[in-house]
Amino acid sequence: MKATSKSYVSKTVRELKPSGIRRFFDLAAGMEGVISLGVGEPDFVTPWPVREAAIRSIEEGYTSYTPNAGLPELREEITKYVKNRYHVEYSPSEVIVTVGASSAIDTAMRTILDPGDEVIVVEPCFVSYGPMVTLAGGVPVPVQALKENDFKILPSQIEAAITDKTKALMICFPNNPTGTLLNKQELEALAEVIKKHDLLVISDEIYAELTYDEEFTSMASLPGMRERTILVNGFSKAFAMTGWRLGFVCAPKEILKEMLKVHQYALMCASTTSQYAGLEALRNGREDVDKMVKSYRLRRNFIVNSFNEMGLTCHMPGGAFYAFPSIESTGLSSQEFAERLLKEEGVAVVPGDVFGESGEGHIRCSYATSMEELREAMKRIKRFINSL
Amino acid sequence: MKLSEKELEILGVLEKDARIETADLAKMVGLTVEETEAIMKKLENDKVIVKYLTMIDWTKVDDHQGVRAMIDVKVTPKQGVGFDEIAEKIYRYDEVQSVYLMSGTYDLSVIVEGKTLNEVANFVSQKLSTLESVVSTTTHFILKKYKHDGIILEQEKKDKRIVVS
Repeated sequence: MKATSKSYVSKTVRELKPSGIRRFFDLAAGMEGVISLGVGEPDFVTPWPVREAAIRSIEEGYTSYTPNAGLPELREEITKYVKNRYHVEYSPSEVIVTVGASSAIDTAMRTILDPGDEVIVVEPCFVSYGPMVTLAGGVPVPVQALKENDFKILPSQIEAAITDKTKALMICFPNNPTGTLLNKQELEALAEVIKKHDLLVISDEIYAELTYDEEFTSMASLPGMRERTILVNGFSKAFAMTGWRLGFVCAPKEILKEMLKVHQYALMCASTTSQYAGLEALRNGREDVDKMVKSYRLRRNFIVNSFNEMGLTCHMPGGAFYAFPSIESTGLSSQEFAERLLKEEGVAVVPGDVFGESGEGHIRCSYATSMEELREAMKRIKRFINSL
Repeated sequence: MKLSEKELEILGVLEKDARIETADLAKMVGLTVEETEAIMKKLENDKVIVKYLTMIDWTKVDDHQGVRAMIDVKVTPKQGVGFDEIAEKIYRYDEVQSVYLMSGTYDLSVIVEGKTLNEVANFVSQKLSTLESVVSTTTHFILKKYKHDGIILEQEKKDKRIVVS
């Protein structure tokens, strides 16, 4: 029998669900005059000195491969940064510069998973974690952080999901889409369960710089956790460098050595130009980050207070740049709410259910958008609710 | 004067947008409207907030384009009053928009505005340079403003991001 084109595609990939974010992008993309709170990236352009450093590196002809793990001086700078900001010590040989945090997570999954291994994925979360586990041959086991706990995952919930196949826990705090941050005590409680069951943690700390009330604590900084943590971070959110595709991963030498094999066969190295930009960002970008954080904080307060005022309950997110208000009071599902809001008022948000079951009844609204746009968006959402 | 975090936040917002609704400002800093108003009143009374102004690009308005010059002025300071007396004499003229005491090769930086180039030239030759302590002046006319007080004047405001990501 002749093969159809579709049958060339693996069963695993065919069965992957398309991203719910992608679907909403397609809906909103063709429309005019849309105010988008659906964007998962900073509204700032990469700081000029960083862009200039990249241009200079091109002018000087730095256009070839770098070592697989990344430029030595960049890895050195990353170890200093992680030590100063997050109080975890790594040697440069425990760092790989990756193609965004996404490739770091993908490499981690492919390095640690054997067929059938389970990874507990704390949801709501960014849409790619589960599929990356699946593609690496593992089995994602979603566990739902709940609204009544301000979307903080409880150690008991993790413990209940552990089986003899559980290999790792995948977390992201500050969280996309909820903005929730776990403080040191909460992380410590989680760490106890992880240690007790001898699990590994993949900690996506891409929003670590963007916290507004409490200080960020890295999972790897807790006692006994460095040796069982794959720390993922990057430049996208902190330095407004999403398009550069630059991230990094830190892990104990024995794990990192193996990850490097995967990284080198699959990706060779991260973009050289981006690496030079990243070097400048780490060396001289602190003031720019602080400025952006200040601005996000004001906008966060504005949008959260506005939602609560119009009757959409919203917890005050400790980090990232997302508000995750509940729309349950409207009686609509997340998908209905988001689609009607887009069609009737031209405001794009992302329905919460695409990030996991417990996200149902919520919408993700990015406040990485100018105050003028936020003000207008709040006006329109209020009008929309009153029209229901 | 030491200001609180909230007061600094309020100043930061107002400096960029003096016309913001107090209700919105209050939400941004997490205070009630009354509390926000009280802080603004206090900052106004303390003259930390001096005035609420509007930045206008007059070059877009026919017959109002005007001429601006920055003038480096060297002066002989006077016993007892230093530069203050001559600075005061200069800033009394309506044409003068700003007067700064500078470090470096000259003493006062004076920004003058007039309707025409002639008007500014006349001001410099007839009024400014004839003042007793003024030793010399160097006039620079501003040809085009690209960025003023942190604001880029002609900038395309296009969001280059994809709508949903």
